[in-house]
Amino acid sequence: MSTSKSNQRPLSPHLSVYKWQLHAITSILTRITGNALIVGVILFVSWLLAAATSDASFRAVNAIISSWFGKLILIGSLWALWYHTLAGIRHLIWDHAVWLDIRKSRLLGWSVVIGSFALTFLTVLFL
Amino acid sequence: MTFKMIKTGTSHFRAMKISSMVLVLLIPLFLFTIAPIVGEKREIILAKLEQPIYALIVALTFTVGLLHFKSGVQVLIEDYVHGSMSKVWINITIALSYLLIGLTLFALTKILL
Repeated sequence: MSTSKSNQRPLSPHLSVYKWQLHAITSILTRITGNALIVGVILFVSWLLAAATSDASFRAVNAIISSWFGKLILIGSLWALWYHTLAGIRHLIWDHAVWLDIRKSRLLGWSVVIGSFALTFLTVLFL
Repeated sequence: MTFKMIKTGTSHFRAMKISSMVLVLLIPLFLFTIAPIVGEKREIILAKLEQPIYALIVALTFTVGLLHFKSGVQVLIEDYVHGSMSKVWINITIALSYLLIGLTLFALTKILL
């Protein structure tokens, strides 16, 4: 292992020198939810393909999505989808160079967090 | 495009911005119309997706969504995977995105036919 100074420079995303607060957490969650949604997408496409193919294949995939693990992925994906949608709207707002001050951006951050849980709860309740 | 990541920043930003604006409309539409049939019997699912409007909602949501994913995951890989492996991973995720779009459209066509 090299101990030269140039190798000790912090790499992005500077986790070791960054103070965790609302903006940092809501930002990284946008990335995590967006990319993790691929799991739910693969499950949904498998389910769609199985439904299009045969009773036997549908039963197999339906058993997976009906299990506690499948439900966990579906509910998790639902929350991730709402979170990522709200966080995306926040970025569309910020693209206009507005609501960037601390008070308003903090309000946006909490809106994304609380809104994502509220919308997930309502979706499960009513759909 | 994949092997030339420089000078593509503006088109990447535009791709993400336009797809995200379309998805703000598509995602609630998808959740309100299609999400309720997940977990239902096969006959109910087929009866729903045999109606072209619902097949179209799934097709649009997954096509635009996966193109949005393709561009989004590219930035994730560029940020965290260093060296030549980043190109490999970006190509794998591009292939995965196109594969899933193709499979979605194939399944929907199979149901409609």
